[in-house]
Amino acid sequence: MNSLPLLTIITVVPVIGAVIALFTGRHSRGVAQVTGIVSLLLSLVVWQQLPKDGSIGLNELHQWVPSLGVQYHLGVDGLGALMLILSALVSLMAIDAAHRVRHEPGLFFALVLLLEAGLFGTFTALNFFHWFIFWELSLIPAFFLIKLWGGPRRGPAATQFFVYTMVGSVALLLSFLAVYHATKSMDFIELAAMAANGTLQNRVLASLGPVMMWLALGVLAGFAVKVPLAPFHTWLPTAYSEAPSPVTMLLTGGMSKMGVYGLIRIALPLFGAQIAAIRTPLLVLAVLTIVMGAWAAAAQKDLKRVFAYSSVNHLGYCLLGIFAIAIHTGGNVSDSVSQAAALNGVILQMFNHGLTAAAIFWFISMIQFRSAGLRGIDSFGGLRKPAPVFAGLMGIALFSSLGLPGLNGFVGEFLIFRGVFPLSWVAAAISVLGLLVTAAVILTVILKVFTGPVSERWAEFPDLHGGERLGIAPVIGLMFLLGLLPQIVIERVNPTVQYLLAHWRF
Amino acid sequence: MNYADLFRVTLPETALDIAALLVLIVDLGFLRKAALQTRIMAAVLIGVFGCGGALLAMPYQVDGGLAYPGSADLLLSAGGYTAVSQIGILVLTVLTLFLLIGSDFTKHVGEFVAVVLMAATGGLLISAAQDLLVIFVGLELLSLGLYILTAFAKKSGKSAESAMKYYLFGGMSAAFLLFGFSYLYGLTGSTNLHEIMLGFYGPTVISSTPLVYVALVMIAAGLGFKVAAVPFHLWAPDTYEGAPAPAAAFIASVSKVASFALLIGIGTAAAHVFNQMHHAGFVTASRGPAPTWIGFEHPWSLILAIIAVASMVFGNLAALAQDSVRRLLAYSAIAHAGYILIALAYYTGTNVSANAILYYILTYGLTTIAAFGAVSVVERISGSDRMDAFLGLYKRNGLLAGVLLVLFLSLAGIPPLVGFWVKFNLFATILQVNHGAVPLALVALAVAMSAVSLYYYLQVLKRVFVMPPADEAPVKGSPLTIGVLALITLAVVVLGCLPGLMQSWMAGFYAGM
Amino acid sequence: MLAWTIYISFAGALVLALMPKGNAALARVIALLVAAAGFAIAIAGFAAGAGQGRVTIVDVPWVPMMGIHYTLAADGISRVLVLLTGLAAVAGVLFSWNINLRTNEFFAFFLALIGGVYGVFLSFDLFLLFVFYEIAIVPKYFLIAIWGSTRREYAAMKLALYSFVGSAMVLVVLLAAYATSGSHSTGLVSLANANLPVSFQMWAFPVTFIGFGILAGLWPFHTWAPTGHVAAPTAASMLLAGVVMKLGAYGCLRVAIGLFPHGLDPWSWSFLGIGSWRDVFALLAVIGIIYGALVALAQTDFKFVIGYSSVSHMGFVLLGLVTLTQVGVDGAVLQMFSHGVIAGLLFAIVGRVVYERTHTRQFGELEGMYLGRRLPFAAWAFVIAGVASMGLPGFSGFVAELQVLMGAWIAKPWWTAASGVGIVIGVAYTWRALQRAFFTDRLPRPDEHPKEGWPKFDPITWPEITATCLLFAATLIVGIYPSILLNSIEPAVKALLAGGMQ
Repeated sequence: MNSLPLLTIITVVPVIGAVIALFTGRHSRGVAQVTGIVSLLLSLVVWQQLPKDGSIGLNELHQWVPSLGVQYHLGVDGLGALMLILSALVSLMAIDAAHRVRHEPGLFFALVLLLEAGLFGTFTALNFFHWFIFWELSLIPAFFLIKLWGGPRRGPAATQFFVYTMVGSVALLLSFLAVYHATKSMDFIELAAMAANGTLQNRVLASLGPVMMWLALGVLAGFAVKVPLAPFHTWLPTAYSEAPSPVTMLLTGGMSKMGVYGLIRIALPLFGAQIAAIRTPLLVLAVLTIVMGAWAAAAQKDLKRVFAYSSVNHLGYCLLGIFAIAIHTGGNVSDSVSQAAALNGVILQMFNHGLTAAAIFWFISMIQFRSAGLRGIDSFGGLRKPAPVFAGLMGIALFSSLGLPGLNGFVGEFLIFRGVFPLSWVAAAISVLGLLVTAAVILTVILKVFTGPVSERWAEFPDLHGGERLGIAPVIGLMFLLGLLPQIVIERVNPTVQYLLAHWRF
Repeated sequence: MNYADLFRVTLPETALDIAALLVLIVDLGFLRKAALQTRIMAAVLIGVFGCGGALLAMPYQVDGGLAYPGSADLLLSAGGYTAVSQIGILVLTVLTLFLLIGSDFTKHVGEFVAVVLMAATGGLLISAAQDLLVIFVGLELLSLGLYILTAFAKKSGKSAESAMKYYLFGGMSAAFLLFGFSYLYGLTGSTNLHEIMLGFYGPTVISSTPLVYVALVMIAAGLGFKVAAVPFHLWAPDTYEGAPAPAAAFIASVSKVASFALLIGIGTAAAHVFNQMHHAGFVTASRGPAPTWIGFEHPWSLILAIIAVASMVFGNLAALAQDSVRRLLAYSAIAHAGYILIALAYYTGTNVSANAILYYILTYGLTTIAAFGAVSVVERISGSDRMDAFLGLYKRNGLLAGVLLVLFLSLAGIPPLVGFWVKFNLFATILQVNHGAVPLALVALAVAMSAVSLYYYLQVLKRVFVMPPADEAPVKGSPLTIGVLALITLAVVVLGCLPGLMQSWMAGFYAGM
Repeated sequence: MLAWTIYISFAGALVLALMPKGNAALARVIALLVAAAGFAIAIAGFAAGAGQGRVTIVDVPWVPMMGIHYTLAADGISRVLVLLTGLAAVAGVLFSWNINLRTNEFFAFFLALIGGVYGVFLSFDLFLLFVFYEIAIVPKYFLIAIWGSTRREYAAMKLALYSFVGSAMVLVVLLAAYATSGSHSTGLVSLANANLPVSFQMWAFPVTFIGFGILAGLWPFHTWAPTGHVAAPTAASMLLAGVVMKLGAYGCLRVAIGLFPHGLDPWSWSFLGIGSWRDVFALLAVIGIIYGALVALAQTDFKFVIGYSSVSHMGFVLLGLVTLTQVGVDGAVLQMFSHGVIAGLLFAIVGRVVYERTHTRQFGELEGMYLGRRLPFAAWAFVIAGVASMGLPGFSGFVAELQVLMGAWIAKPWWTAASGVGIVIGVAYTWRALQRAFFTDRLPRPDEHPKEGWPKFDPITWPEITATCLLFAATLIVGIYPSILLNSIEPAVKALLAGGMQ
C-alpha cells in the first residue's frame, strides 16, 4: 500500500495548474502543457502500481460526512488506471492542438485543465457522493469551452449538451438516493458486494417495494445520455461539431468514456440482474446506435460531423459488448470466456477509440487551422501532394478508426465481436453492417480529402512542421504499439476483467 | 347617609371642581389683559394642579366605597378597578391639557380648561358609580362637557357642525339610556346595580319577560354611543375631525376610559351576583359555550359580542378608505372599541379580566392623546390633517416622525410596543377563562382585523417616511408639546418592553380586596 | 454569549438612527463593525456550542403574571441559523456600500431587521419568538419602500401585509395554545410538554404552518416573494431571501412541528392519496418547487428569475420539513443555510454588481451589453453562484437538496420524483438566465457597436469582491465538508423529532 495519496494528487495537479493558467494569460499554454505532462507521468505511475490480481488498488479511505455514509474513497483497478492514462493523453493532445486560442487563453486552458481534473476525479472516485461531484462539475468547463470558443451555433449546442446531460444526471441521482435510502451506503464497492449477494435487492424491496427496475432505468438513463446510446444521442453531433476541435477531442476522448466507465463500474455491478432482464431491448438500442451512427456518418458533409457520428458508432460497440455480457451464464465456461473477451474488448475499445478519435480531431483542427476554418468534406482534394506527411499520419489514424489489423482500433473491436457472437449472434451480425459502413465512410473521407487532383487553392497547403510532427508522432506510435502488442494493456486489464466478472451477478 | 363619608369618597371630584372654579376666577379675574399663551399656561398649570390634587386625595377615599345607608349595597365604589380608572382619567386629563399649550383655536382658555376639568369629574363619577341615577348624572356631566369642548373652535365651521351632530346623537342616546334604565327600575324596583342584578337571578325570575331584552338593548345603545361602537358610532368621525385637537384627544381618551370603566362596573356587578347565586345553587345553567338565555349575563354578552364584531369589522374596513388622519384615528378608535367589547362580552368579574380591559384602554388613551398631539402639530403648520400634509415629515421634523412611527405601530399592535402587549394580554385573558369555539373565533377575527389595520397605519407612515416632502419647511411645535409627545412615546416603548411594570402596579390596587 | 448578537444589532440600529445625518461614510463603517461583531459572536457561539445540546443563555421572568419568560437559548439549529444571519448581515452591509440616500437610516433599519432575526432564532419562549418575529416586519417595509426599485411601495405593502397576516395566524394559535395548555407559560419547552389535545393540534398545526409558511414562500401564499425581492434594494433582497424566508421555515419547524407534532398524524380518511396535513403541505411544497421553477423560466427580468427561484428552493426546505425524517429535516435546515448564502449571492450579483452598472435588468437589454466580456467578474461570479444554486455537487445546495430528497424517498417516493423535475427545470432557468444575461450569442449589429469601443463600467469595488468571496467560501466549505454544520444540526433535529423539545 502506497502511503502517498497518489490518486488525490493526480486530481489536484490539474486544478492547481488551472489556477496558475488562469493568471498567466499568454503563457498559459505552457503551463497547461507542463501540467498535462506531469499528469500523464503520474497516471503511468498509477498504472505501474496496480495490484496484480485485478482488484482495486491505491485505496484512500477517509470519513467525510458520516451521517450520510459518505466517505472519501478513492481507488483504481486496471479499468480506472487505463482511463486515467487515456484522459491524461487526450488532455495533452487537446492542449497541443489548441495553439493560438484567440481570446482569453488563460481561461481556456484553465477550463481544459479543470475538465481533466473532472475526468480524473470521476475515474478514481469510489463513493457516489464525490464521484457525482466530478461527474457533474466536469460539465461546467465543457459547457463554457463550447459556449465561449465554439462555432456559430455554439449557444444552442452548449445548452442542449448541458440540459440533456443534466436530465440524465438527475435521474441517476434520484435512483442513487433510493439505493442509499435502502442500504445506507454510497460506496460503490460495498454496494456491488451487496448486489452480488442479493442484499441490495432485498433491502430495496423491503423499504421501497418493487422499484428495482425503475432505479436501474434511472441509472441507465444517466449513463446512456453521456455515452450516448440512441435515441439519447441527439445532443452529440451538434456539440461535437460546434465545439472547438481541442474541446471535441476532450468530449469524445474523455467525457464519453465517463458514461461507459459508469456502466461498467456502477450499472453492471449494482443492477446486473435488471440489465439482464431488459437485455434484448438494450441490445436493440446498442445495435441501432452502431448502425444508425454509421449511416448517419455516411450522410454528413462536414468532417467534424462525420467523425461525431462515427464516434457514436464506435461507442456503440462498447455498449453492445456491455449489454451482451449481461447474461446469466450458469457456470457455462465458454460463455464465461466470451464474457471476458467482450469485456476486455470493451475496455480496450474505450482506450483505443479515445486515442484514435482524439487524434483524428487533432488532425481536423490542423486542417481547419490551415484552411481558415473550412472543414467540408468536399472542400478539399489532393492534399496528399502538398502535405504528404500530414496525409500519411492522418491516414494512419483514419485506418486505426476503421479497424485495420495491426493498428490499435482492430484489437478492441475484434475482442468485442469475438465475445458477443457466442452470446448474441443476431446483434453481432447486424452490427457488422456498421463496421462495413464505417469502413466505407472513412475511405470516402480519405478519397475526397487526400486524393484526386489538387485544386489551385490548396496547392500551398502547408505540411506538418517539426513541432507538430513531434506532437503527434508518439500518438501514432502508440497506435502501432497497441495494434501489434496489445498485451501490454491486456495484461493489466484482463485480471480486472476476471475479477469483475467473478463478482458480478446477473 | 353619612355626608362625611360622601365627601371623603368624592374627594378627587371635589379637587377637580375647585380647580375648575379657580381656573375661571384666575383667567377671567386676573389675566384678562395677558397674552393668550400666558393665559393658557396659567390655566393649564391650575388644571394640572387640580388633577394632582385629585390624585393626592385618592388615598383618603373611603375603603371599599360608599354604601347606601343601612344597606350593604354600594352607591359609589372605590379602590380596585375604580381606582385604576380614576387615576388613569386624571393622568390622561393632564396630558390632554398639555396639548392645549401653543394652540390658538380659542380665546376662552379659562372656560375650556374648566369644562375639561368638569367633564373629567363626570368621568371620575361614572367609573365609581353603582347606581343608575349616579351613572346617568355622571354621564351627562361628561357628555355635556364634551359637546361644549367640541364646539370650542368658534372660527371653524366644522367644529360647530360636528358639535351639533355630536349633541344630537348624544341627546338621542341619553334618551335611550334613560329609557332602558327606567325599564330596569320598573322590573326590579331598585336603581342600585346590585339589587337589579339580584332581581335578575333571584327567586322571582324576571328574565323571562321580553322587557328585559328591550331594556338591555336600550342600555347597550346608550353606552355604545359613548364608546363609539358600531352602529352607534356615527358621530365619531365627524367629531374627531371637527373638534379642536385637545378636545378630540380628550374625547378619544378620557371619555373612553370612563365609559369602559362604567361597563366594567356593570359587568362586575352582574358577575358578582351571578357567581353568588351560582354558588348558592339558584342558578343551575352553566355559563359554557351553549348559551341558555337566562338572567342578565347571556343576553348582555350576546349584545356586546354583536356590537364588538360590527365595530371591529366596520371600523377597520372604513378606516382603509380615509384620507383624513383624524377620521382614520376615529375609525381606528371604533375598531379598538370592538376589541375591548369582546373582552367585555366575556367579562368574568375577576380582577384579571378587569385589569386586561383597563390596561388596554389606558394605554390606548395614552397613545391616542399623543397621536392627536402629533397630528395637531402638523396641522398647525400645514393647515390640514389630510394624509398629504404628512408627506416627507421625516425631513421636516425627524423627532415627530419617529414619534408617529412608534405611536402608529403601537396602535397597529406591533411588538415590542405596548399596543401589542395589551392586545395579547386582552385576548389571552379572554381565551384563558372562556374555552370553546365562539370566543376563539371572535379572537381570531380580532387578530385578523388588526392585521388589516396595519395597512392604514402604514399608509400614514409611508407618507411620513417614504415619500418626498412637498414642502421642505421644517415643522416646529412648541418644545413642551414635543417634549410631552416624546415622553409618551418613550412610555409606549418602555411599557411594551417591560409589560409587567404597569400590570403589577394595577394589580396592587386589588391587594386588599 | 450569542444573546449579544441581538443587543449589538439593536444598539447599532439605535446609534445609527440617532446619529447626525449626512455622514454616510461613518454610518457605513459603524454598520459594518456592528454586523461583523455580530458575525464574530455568531461564529464564536457556533464554535463554542459544538457538541453541546440546547444551551440556555438567559431565562428570566418577563411578565410574571402571565408566566412569560425572557428565554434565550440555542441548540444546533439555532446556532447554524444565527451563523447564517451573521454572514448575511456582513455581506448585506458590504453590498450596500454604495447607498447614499439616507445612509444612516438605511443601516439603522437594516440592523434592526437583523436584530429581530437573531432574536427569532434564539428565542425559546413562544411569546418572545413572536415579538422578535414581528419586529422584523417593520424594517422590511421601510427598506423596500424607501430604497427599493420597481413598484416598491406596492411590493413593500404587500410584503408587510402578507407577513402580518401570517403572524396574525400565529398569534391566534399562540393565544389558543397558551389558554389551552393551562400551564401558565409560553415557554416552548413547557408548551411542548403540555400534552395539548390532538384535536387542538389538528387545527393549530396547519394554521401555524401556513402562518409561518407565508414568509417561507409556501405556495400559493408566495406571491409576496417575487415582487418583494425584485423591489427591494440589494441588501434587503439578500436579507429577504437569505434570512427572512428562513424565519418562516424556522417557525414551521420550531413551532408548528415542534409544538404540534400530532397535527401531522393521518386523518381517518384520505382523498386522492392525501390523508394528513403532512400530505397537504408536501403537495404544496412540491407544487412550489415546480411552479417557482417554471415561472422563473419564463421571466424577462433578471431579478424576477432569482425571485421565483427562491420560491422553488424554499419548496425544498418545506418538503424536507414535512418528511419528518431525520435526514429530510437535516436537509431542510442545511438548505435554509445554503439557500440563504446562495440566494444572497445571486441577488447581490444581479441587484448590485450588474444593475448598479447597467441600470437595467431586462434580458433583452442585457443581451446587447455583452457583459460576459465587459463584466467578467459578474459573469463568473454568477456562473459559480448559478452552479451552486442549481444544486450541482461540491456546493452547499447539493448536500442540502440531496438530503431533502433522501428524506422524501423515505416518506413518499413520488415527492422525490416530482422534485427531480423541479431540479431539472432549475438547471434550465439558471442556465437560460446565465446565457441571456452574460454569454449571449447575439452578435452586435453594426449600429450597436460604438466606434470608440464600449464605454467602461465602473470598476468592481473591494466591498463587492470581499462579500462575494465570503459567500463563495461559505457555500464551498459547506458543500465540501457539510459535517461542519451537520454535526450541529443532527442532534438538534433528532431531539426535536423524538419528543418535541424536552
